[in-house]
Amino acid sequence: MREISIKITINDKIYEKYIKSNLLLIDFIRDELGLTGSHIGCDTSQCGACMVLHNDSAIKACSILVAQLNNQKITTIEHLNKDNKLHPMQEAFRNNHGLQCGFCTPGMIISGISLVNENNKPSEKEIRKYLEGNICRCTGYQNIVKSISEGAKIMRNSGAI
Amino acid sequence: MYSFNFHAPNNIDEAINIFNSSEDPKFLAGGMTLLASMKQRLIAPSDLIDLRSINNFCNITLDSNKISIGALCSHYTIASNKIIANNIQNLVYLASDIGDPAVRKIGTIGGSLANSDPAADWPAAILALRSNIKTNNRYIINEELFTGMFETSLEENEVITEIEIDIPEFFDYMKFPNPASRYAIVGVAIAKYNGETRVAISGASHTPFIAKELSEALTSNFSNNIPLKTISKDELSSDIHASSEYRANLIDVLTKQILKTN
Repeated sequence: MREISIKITINDKIYEKYIKSNLLLIDFIRDELGLTGSHIGCDTSQCGACMVLHNDSAIKACSILVAQLNNQKITTIEHLNKDNKLHPMQEAFRNNHGLQCGFCTPGMIISGISLVNENNKPSEKEIRKYLEGNICRCTGYQNIVKSISEGAKIMRNSGAI
Repeated sequence: MYSFNFHAPNNIDEAINIFNSSEDPKFLAGGMTLLASMKQRLIAPSDLIDLRSINNFCNITLDSNKISIGALCSHYTIASNKIIANNIQNLVYLASDIGDPAVRKIGTIGGSLANSDPAADWPAAILALRSNIKTNNRYIINEELFTGMFETSLEENEVITEIEIDIPEFFDYMKFPNPASRYAIVGVAIAKYNGETRVAISGASHTPFIAKELSEALTSNFSNNIPLKTISKDELSSDIHASSEYRANLIDVLTKQILKTN
């Protein structure tokens, strides 16, 4: 197996490692770093359970190689809370019953934050369109949309964006 | 996924050299199709050459009546670019309706064109618009790029570097997407320049194509009073998503809808 050297920042920590060239980002963060909050759902770039933030934008960690992310910055669901307090988007999901089984939730929250980073006052329609790459099989999306709408409001008001 | 060598060249010449000295190499742009195909073991290149490490391929520039789009611009970059928005507004809508937001951040226009998926959105737009595909060693005129299903006239070791588009008087694209994949079951692109209108179709056949009769009809009379059923169902695809009759009808319906809304 061919190995390459890589430098990548994950959750504000710099990793300089030799990795296999075919290592996917999701396998790296789950298996090698033990960050299992990002999930593997479909493994084919449809469901969004594996979403992480690349700079400020959600990407699907099942469909990108670590090798493609040399010198880049990734944030996972584990690194959203600050000083033991939930991120406003996480708080909004809790307040609005935005999850049932919870499998899709890390991706939904990452997607919600990514949306607010692009558009800090999203309409319900814009939220629904943005969630095209996130699949939830429990909730029917109503409370997820409500959560993201409230999360956006809290993020706006708290100056987090 | 099988193992492979990974290369991150600094410039295009280095990328081509690596390609020429590798056994069964592939260029990697965003990888939104390539990596999925590799994960399914449909293809197993010996070497991946990452073009995104070459950083000057993502400029969007305006030169009098021509827009140049760097091949490695992501769909998101194009959708949020002011030059595109001010000059070919409907390309913004096309770009912001490809895949989903996470895919649009990584997937590139050059990758989409080189992949030549018959159901992708860019090929129809590029065929309808007066455009040239610039590669590392030549220009390819738009209608000579797509030669078949997932096939182009690009040489194996040739890389798309820029797409040059003449700004049209009118452009629009409308698709009827598959509800699951969002790929076009049929997509229709219409571009009008003084004296000439061109209609291009994606999703409907094994390769995107120019609808000749429709183009001629709209060139002489740009209205939604179009001749119907100009494309025989025998030339169109039939699959689990839609029959060829259905696709033939969709071409007329989408064309009329575009012209009605304008």
